[in-house]
Amino acid sequence: MTLFKKTATELQSLLHNREVSVKELTAESLNRIAQMDGQVQAFLSTNEDQALAKAEELDKLPMDGRGSLFGLPIGLKDNIVTKGIVTTAASKMLEEFVPVYDATVVDKINEAGMVTIGKLNMDEFAMGSTTERSAFKTTHNPWNLDYVPGGSSGGSAAAVAAGEVPFALGSDTGGSVRQPAAFCGVVGMKPTYGRVSRSGLVAFASSLDQIGPITRNVEDNALLLSAIAGLDPKDSSTSPQAVPDFRAALTGDIKGLKIGVPAEYLGEGVSAEAKNAVMEALKVLESLGAEWEEVSLPHSKYASPVYYVISSSEASSNLARFDGIRYGYRAEGVQNLEELYARSRSEAFGDEVKKRILFGMYSLGAAHHEDLYVKSQKVRTLIAQDFANLFEKYDVIIGPSSATTAYKIGEKLEDPLTLYANDILTVPINLAGVPAISVPCGFSNGLPLGLQIIGKHYDEATLYKVAHAYEQATDFHTQTPVIWEGK
Amino acid sequence: MNFETVVGLEVHVELKTESKIMSPAHAHFGAEPNMNIHVIDLAYPGVLPVMNELAVDFGMKAAMALNCEIAPITNFDRKHYFYPDNPKAYQISQDDRPIGANGWVEIEVDGKKKKIRIERVHLEEDAGKLTHSDEGHSLVDLNRQGVPLIEIVTEADVRSPEEAYAFLEKLKAIIQYTGVSDVRMEEGSLRCDANISIRPFGQEEFGTKTELKNLNSFNFVRRGIAYEVDRQVDVLLSGGKIEQQTRRYDEATGKTLLMRVKGPANDYRFIPEPDLTDIHIDEEWIARVRAEIPELPDARKERYINDLDLPAYDAMVLTLTKDMSDFFEATVTAGADAKLASNWLMGEVSAYLNAESKELDATALTPEGLASMIKLITDGTISSKIAKKVFKELIDNGGDAADIVKEKGLVQISDEGTLRTIVTEILDANEQSIEDYKNGKERAVGFLVGQIMKATKGQANPPLVNKILLEEIGKR
Repeated sequence: MTLFKKTATELQSLLHNREVSVKELTAESLNRIAQMDGQVQAFLSTNEDQALAKAEELDKLPMDGRGSLFGLPIGLKDNIVTKGIVTTAASKMLEEFVPVYDATVVDKINEAGMVTIGKLNMDEFAMGSTTERSAFKTTHNPWNLDYVPGGSSGGSAAAVAAGEVPFALGSDTGGSVRQPAAFCGVVGMKPTYGRVSRSGLVAFASSLDQIGPITRNVEDNALLLSAIAGLDPKDSSTSPQAVPDFRAALTGDIKGLKIGVPAEYLGEGVSAEAKNAVMEALKVLESLGAEWEEVSLPHSKYASPVYYVISSSEASSNLARFDGIRYGYRAEGVQNLEELYARSRSEAFGDEVKKRILFGMYSLGAAHHEDLYVKSQKVRTLIAQDFANLFEKYDVIIGPSSATTAYKIGEKLEDPLTLYANDILTVPINLAGVPAISVPCGFSNGLPLGLQIIGKHYDEATLYKVAHAYEQATDFHTQTPVIWEGK
Repeated sequence: MNFETVVGLEVHVELKTESKIMSPAHAHFGAEPNMNIHVIDLAYPGVLPVMNELAVDFGMKAAMALNCEIAPITNFDRKHYFYPDNPKAYQISQDDRPIGANGWVEIEVDGKKKKIRIERVHLEEDAGKLTHSDEGHSLVDLNRQGVPLIEIVTEADVRSPEEAYAFLEKLKAIIQYTGVSDVRMEEGSLRCDANISIRPFGQEEFGTKTELKNLNSFNFVRRGIAYEVDRQVDVLLSGGKIEQQTRRYDEATGKTLLMRVKGPANDYRFIPEPDLTDIHIDEEWIARVRAEIPELPDARKERYINDLDLPAYDAMVLTLTKDMSDFFEATVTAGADAKLASNWLMGEVSAYLNAESKELDATALTPEGLASMIKLITDGTISSKIAKKVFKELIDNGGDAADIVKEKGLVQISDEGTLRTIVTEILDANEQSIEDYKNGKERAVGFLVGQIMKATKGQANPPLVNKILLEEIGKR
């Protein structure tokens, strides 16, 4: 089957010409999941009956007034709350948790007429970059099942790469959309902080979290972001900035585009193949009329520690509510309140989550509040200023989305420091609040590599324009993993 | 050795907004447990706080009324602690940028005026309520979770239990005038803790303080501080040391009891609330809120003294609550003499409210009704004695005094001819009393007046009766 190699626009025309129905598209997705997810393990749950019933309803609606995403299947990272559908954040803490409301992005994809197929695996509470930290299963990279899909939105990226769904939503706190998109050879966007409502996103680090689309091509990604973005009265951090039709930006014209390439993003720790892929991509962009030069983001070297202090501090605060009292896991046979708290949290949180909570509490505690939390906030300002300085002169900043291709499953489990260090390419973007997109830019040993394009606040349109022009000039996005054909 | 009392007060006031400070749930008091709740109050995964701007207005208004400076940029912070009354495990509060700071309230004790400085006024959300059962479990009611609060913190300027009492009365009046809270201690919309220490007179350095909780009325604050000061004096004089403690006031015995010994300060791990943006307060906003603040008790008091010629005491009592003060003003506006209106409100009306345990607005009395009665007294239509009957009718059933007087035939008899006839009849029937009077028994007149009043059902004009009676006796 090749249905999901088509773009949303192509699928829309099939729907319009009645060559395919919403129900068939939904069934196609469910079938592919049945066929492949035993190996990929991207989904934590699927809602087959509801999805098919909704598809039938949608098929009855008139052709007029259907939007560009009408009837298309989508999978949601399992930290996006769905009314009546178990939402676990891949944690034992929420194993049986059924939300009573929909996240704002869920309302928006429903308004767009999309069909939610199921909930996707992730690192527990989005803490991790391999999806091995899920309490329930390990997701495999569709390009090579011995490898991780990246994370934390590994389920979302793997499901799209395997053609189980053409659309997925992930969340990105320090690279959790872009890095798995790169590892799985798909397109992932981390929008400007404030572009997409966080209402209904199980919070990890509130000042960094942002929901973003993962798709097989840039145009689809632009369509999905247009659908989910915008001011939300339920989220004070969303911006009143108008949401453009991002597809309109896909002109292919990037003549005169000014690109900055930070030396820090091609330095120590970045693999030769990742560097080469970026250099090749720059040649392509040059051939399309863009200009680039090497620049510097001098505070990049502090980004990783600053990120871990801030994200863990906020996580320790956000995850304090999981206390076994009102919902979620509660330890059995406790004798008093203290024990209820201690045992519920000890038994239900995984090691990575506990580690970050402890680090966060330590960073916020009176003894280190000034030298860890407060100082990190100051350095965060400097990092944001680095970007602001460059954006006075450059339209976009380009580098690799990840230092290497995907890791072998299990390879980095005992090596957290390397994993944290690899975040240097993605976490500064979240600290600065600017948008960035990852697009496929090559392969090494059969595993995909991603090109990261970083933009000005609320200038996702330029990122889509550049990503699209690059994509159309290359053929990486047309390739599919072997498993795609069901082998 | 003589010791000086040093007290600082922390007062929590619930703001009277329709909805909670961070959620759309109702904020009113008295609902069934867990009926005024929203997923935001329950801290469900994914929920975000949404600032109630009216709560910011109210907080600002209270801070201004307490003479505070308003912060041009203010923000909320998370204050972390684990307890089931606190679903997020953090309270959204204000740490280093409170909405108001550096204010003051003027009090008067024993004729001496004094300013108590306000260190800060900040906004925060209230916590839920726990009920502990005897069977080893606790019940959580989150109705109160998220109700907007302001915390008012004074400098350690209070020097006696009486000053604390006067401060709280004044604070309550000011807040009540602004209309941002009901300030009802019995409903928990005003709560007070006291930090108490003593030091030898002349010493600059503060002594070790204890924090006193469970002060459920202004009287308990006064008594609790007095007890605690005595306790601390006893400890020091017997060679002991004051320990930093949290103590509770026991209403039954009037004593303060140890709750817990305070260790190093609690570590609340404050962080700026990332889910809410900074609040920028410009001059326009400040001006709008300032314009909404009505005349405050002190200004009213001065006006009553200067413009209405009321004694200072009357002016003070009338302005203690806005209800009473508003009622008084409306009564005067409806045409009543100010001093008479004051006498009636401080006398009969207050006595009635106390006896019936009622609020003024729960009676049938209206300012117009009270004014109509006072006018009848002033123009001599009814006597003060009759007025008491009319008043009873007015406060029980409402209406207009003139109608009541007409209906019940209570008009004062001031017609000389009519009264003279009655006096003559009474004298005819009581010759012995006339004899007694003439023999020097002054009391006999009283008896005769009583007889006349009885015959007229109390409606005879008393001065006129006296005058005619003496004339008639003189003729005999």
